[in-house]
Amino acid sequence: MTFLGDSSAAQVETALWEAGPAGKAAKKRLGVGAWIALGWIVLVAGSALLAPILPLKDPQAQNVDLARQGIGKAGSILGGDSNGRDMLSRLAFGARSSLTVAVGSILLGLVIGGALGLIAGYYRGKIDTLISVLFDTMVSIPALVIAATMVVTLSPASTKGGGTHLNRLLVLVLAIGVVATPLLGRITRASTLAWSEREFVLAARAQGSKNRRIVFREVLPNVLPAMFSIALLGMAIAIVAEAGLALFGVGVNPPTPSWGNMIALERGSLAQYPFMVFEPAAMIFLTVLGLNYLGDVVRARFDVREGGL
Amino acid sequence: MRLIARRLLQLVVVVILATFIVFALQKARGGDPATAVIPFGSAQQRAQFNKDQHLSDPYFVQYGKWLGNFLQGDMGKTYNTNQDVSDLVKDAAPVSIQLILYAQVLALLIAIPAGVFTAYRAGTKTDAAINAIAFGLLSIPAIVLALVLSYYLSAKWKIFTTPYVPLGAGLSEHIQGMVLPVVTLAVGQIAVYMRLLRSDMIATLQEDFITMAKSKGISNQRVLWRHALRPSSLTLLTVAGLNFGTLISGAIIVEVLFSLPGIGQLLANAIVQVQYPMLQSIVALIAIVYVVVNFLLDALYVVIDPRIRHARSAA
Repeated sequence: MTFLGDSSAAQVETALWEAGPAGKAAKKRLGVGAWIALGWIVLVAGSALLAPILPLKDPQAQNVDLARQGIGKAGSILGGDSNGRDMLSRLAFGARSSLTVAVGSILLGLVIGGALGLIAGYYRGKIDTLISVLFDTMVSIPALVIAATMVVTLSPASTKGGGTHLNRLLVLVLAIGVVATPLLGRITRASTLAWSEREFVLAARAQGSKNRRIVFREVLPNVLPAMFSIALLGMAIAIVAEAGLALFGVGVNPPTPSWGNMIALERGSLAQYPFMVFEPAAMIFLTVLGLNYLGDVVRARFDVREGGL
Repeated sequence: MRLIARRLLQLVVVVILATFIVFALQKARGGDPATAVIPFGSAQQRAQFNKDQHLSDPYFVQYGKWLGNFLQGDMGKTYNTNQDVSDLVKDAAPVSIQLILYAQVLALLIAIPAGVFTAYRAGTKTDAAINAIAFGLLSIPAIVLALVLSYYLSAKWKIFTTPYVPLGAGLSEHIQGMVLPVVTLAVGQIAVYMRLLRSDMIATLQEDFITMAKSKGISNQRVLWRHALRPSSLTLLTVAGLNFGTLISGAIIVEVLFSLPGIGQLLANAIVQVQYPMLQSIVALIAIVYVVVNFLLDALYVVIDPRIRHARSAA
């Protein structure tokens, strides 16, 4: 491994990304773990998508008899929160906001960061330096700080109390998307750098292909699996980021549930009613675990260096 | 020398860009400090406040003034309590530094032996088991871990109930108060470090000089720790250094969750209370620390791996 000519940061991210648990043994078949992870993600995503038409209670309906009732009590499946709202339906609707933020922000980061990373990695030279400094700058401020400041900046709703739920979700997508951009961009750049040196790129260039064609037809298809894999990890990080922002009071606006603001809301009653905090925490943990695992499987399957060159 | 000059220039650019971005974001934010500080004041009082705090000056003038003061160690004052931000930072910084350092040391102390061991036993069941555990640890978000630890270890079993006390005020209380935050922060890093070291170690162990060392009859212990660890630790070092950034982010969350009076707590307050000078100074400080650490690490490579020095001077 060399540290020459390339910024060490990009090297490290590739190294980090390569050191996954699925390891160097790329399997032709998905293992049991991958199927479980996939099943869980599909279940969560499905209930998030279908939450309004599933036979769930109203996530906002407050029922005094249900308040702080534990798992399986008072006719509920997962109990009720301190306002007597059904935990199960809040978790399903919470998945809706948490996943919207995660998917939206990572898509945004992929489009912007991916484009910049491709340009930097393919063209190199001055434009690469410029983009790399931009990325370096962005990662030198704690992501949480940028995101929190952006949410506060961009949502008038937070100061006036009103504001629509969609608004805040969009703002969160934008804020987390911006902080995800340099991370996704650097991976894309590192991967592009490696692929651009391959013989088929040289061959395409010798044939007289235009740069744009080479980028889209030769380099991008090879970089995509890496981007996809890192996008899955990114979504996991984005879910956690929303929860972190919720702790500062700048996550998804209550009363709309998100896993993050459910934790933030009931954190004070952790000692007395742990289930109210642990249920959304468990959702976050399991979903993050699943996304990480899938990301790793994707990486291991598509890593050409293992593919018997 | 040219390399160092380039990195120094980059350092300056990064810090200026970083602070300016935060400055611009803060300005774009709708919140009005005058209304927040003197909610019932007259328009005149607010105008006076804005004038005193130089909030009515043009953008660049404000930024220039702030930068000039910052470089002289003056971070401005808080709006509401009129305290020097630099004093607050001075009080809070040790807490965060302790938190991050302890977490880093704990993570490395566990990760290095684990990484060496799993590399040595690569492909065995023990290796697979440790890797699976590491992967699980990596996937536990700090928020979740903090909640679980504080419920079981402090609320339920009452093992760690001491709040934070400074190092000077009693070592055992200090450690007691720091255990949960440090563990929370360290857990994710352990897995990252271990996996990195493992994969680099496996590569190193296949090199000729290792075969050579073994054939000379040097014990496995010595080969692993004296011959293989050093050349394998490059990536680990880089990541450990770069991780200061991640750890700072993590520390903010951990400090809020465990109510530690550190920089993270200050930062959280600055965000919630719209304290421009405080937020900006802290962010600038973090950016500087981060970039300087990276710069030093780059210099450290040269010491650890002489090949880099030669290759760089050749290039």
